[in-house]
Amino acid sequence: MNAHPDDGQPVIVVEGLVNRFGDFAVHDGLDLTVRRGEILGMVGGSGTGKSVLMRSIIGLQSPAKGRIRVLGHNLCGEDAENDLAVRSRWGVLFQGGALFSTLTVGENVEVPIKQFFPDLDPAFRAEIARYKVMLTGLPEDAVQKYPSELSGGMKKRAGLARALALDPELLFLDEPTAGLDPIGAAKFDRLTRELQETLGLTVFLITHDLDTLYEICDRVAVIADKKIIAVGTIPELIATGHPWIEEYFNGPRGRSAHASHLRGQEA
Amino acid sequence: MQSGAQHVLEDGGAHGSRLVLSGQLVLATITPLERDLGAVAGPVGSVDLAGVEEIDTVGAWVVCRFAREHESAITGASPEAERLLAAMRDIDASGETHPHRLPVWERVPVAVGEKVFGARGGVYGVVAFFGQILIGIGSLVRHPGRFPFKALVHQMELVGVTALPIIGLMSFLIGIVIAQQGSVQLEQFGAEALTVNLVGRITLRELGVLMTAIMVAGRSGSAFAAQLGTMKLTEEIDAMRTIGISPIEVLVIPRIVAATFMMILLGFFAALMAIIGGAVVGQFALGIPFFTFLLRIQEVVPTHDLWVGLIKAPVFGLIVALAGCYHGMQVHGNSEEVGRRTTMAVVSAIFAVIVLDAFFAVFFTEIGWG
Repeated sequence: MNAHPDDGQPVIVVEGLVNRFGDFAVHDGLDLTVRRGEILGMVGGSGTGKSVLMRSIIGLQSPAKGRIRVLGHNLCGEDAENDLAVRSRWGVLFQGGALFSTLTVGENVEVPIKQFFPDLDPAFRAEIARYKVMLTGLPEDAVQKYPSELSGGMKKRAGLARALALDPELLFLDEPTAGLDPIGAAKFDRLTRELQETLGLTVFLITHDLDTLYEICDRVAVIADKKIIAVGTIPELIATGHPWIEEYFNGPRGRSAHASHLRGQEA
Repeated sequence: MQSGAQHVLEDGGAHGSRLVLSGQLVLATITPLERDLGAVAGPVGSVDLAGVEEIDTVGAWVVCRFAREHESAITGASPEAERLLAAMRDIDASGETHPHRLPVWERVPVAVGEKVFGARGGVYGVVAFFGQILIGIGSLVRHPGRFPFKALVHQMELVGVTALPIIGLMSFLIGIVIAQQGSVQLEQFGAEALTVNLVGRITLRELGVLMTAIMVAGRSGSAFAAQLGTMKLTEEIDAMRTIGISPIEVLVIPRIVAATFMMILLGFFAALMAIIGGAVVGQFALGIPFFTFLLRIQEVVPTHDLWVGLIKAPVFGLIVALAGCYHGMQVHGNSEEVGRRTTMAVVSAIFAVIVLDAFFAVFFTEIGWG
């Protein structure tokens, strides 16, 4: 659908990334490649720098060393002025939704559209915002509500609508199902997959939710010891025999998530 | 590559007309097309998408809406476009994005009415808050072990000790201004020696305490409102309640006691600094030696002037702290509310202080402390 010249090229390439807070290195020589059109799950223990990695890729955190290319643009150094053009090609869903609390949900979705296409007719912009909100499965009356009037799950959907406002090619999701009830989480997983297929998205997804990993992720990257220690499908990861990965996927929660995944496939 | 979106309307005879779209139907290029399509009237048999190079959800939305309004069939869509169209087909987003706004002649009376009822609610709220504080004080009196001494000392430091430099400097400068300006006027009667009376009485009775109250309202009253308001937003105050800690006892009472008590000291300190400022002007501009100025103060200022200042100070401190804590505890909803309530805390505190000051002036004159 979107015939870009860099088709087939990886969407995100991170090479030799080093991030430091004071003397403490969060990442030390981290490499990662995200392919076009995949859902990549990012897992790792708490405090291993998953969110910092995402913040580095979207340019909120400037790394101490290393190269980051997103959608063919080098984000550190020379191409920095192209930042704005690249920014309109990705959407980010922060952990708490990060909706602007003084704007309604509809106005929240309008913000990026207004920012990048200020000449658009306001009525048409409002219409775009409305169908984006409804595309994420929110009821129509949610458009006029303020974030404080929404439940946690609705906030995430509203945040997703804002992330999708500019029809991005690349979507960053930071723990999208954290804090949702299992039904809401499963629905959100399905929504992510559907949108990814419909809109041809590449999704970079940080999660602790094993069900999400089994159900929708094409590949999973494991971050530990300041590096990405393995990337691949879940069976491939388990085959590496790394003790942390072993414990993660073969622990009681990992096994039950796997079992429910298999049950789902049979049904 | 930026060729934009083109459209041609063909008259297809028996099958009705046919709209042929081509180019890029994406957000960046859609505006002219959207405008032109809005002007198309009458039924259109089919919409042909075979020439479309690129389409996103906005393009699909425009096509879907057009097809719905003109009851046309969509043909020639690529598989990607077909997927997008399928996702858009079921959505009917014809409602409003922005909350409904009344016309201005209705909005103004509504706003006035809301203010009036809001004021009534505000009075209830303040009285209720005052009651909560009295209950809190009562329970602290019955359980003195629970009294938050640490918090009290901490607040005393924040309200009192850290305010000393700025209040000292401000009062010193005010003393200089009063002495200098006063002496210029009094000189015309040959009465520049009365500058001492002017500086001594006005600072101890009025300005020392009043300016300090305004300063404390700006420094501490606003801080109280913002702190408590933020704690309210982050549900810290709710968390305290569930653990069985009364936020009134732990947060509000130490702040109120600290502000009330420290205002006495700060008001007195401010008056002293203003007198010193006046004495400096006396030394250098009026030819009254520094220590002579201070000795004259003792002779010309009646002791009840000091009492007037010292009685007003704790009342003003109480009002400033009450306004700050009350508005802080009223915050709910979003971060904008914190800013609004902080402003209201400072404004209402300063207003109440000045109104009360006028009452005090009349009262003390009536009881013979003029």
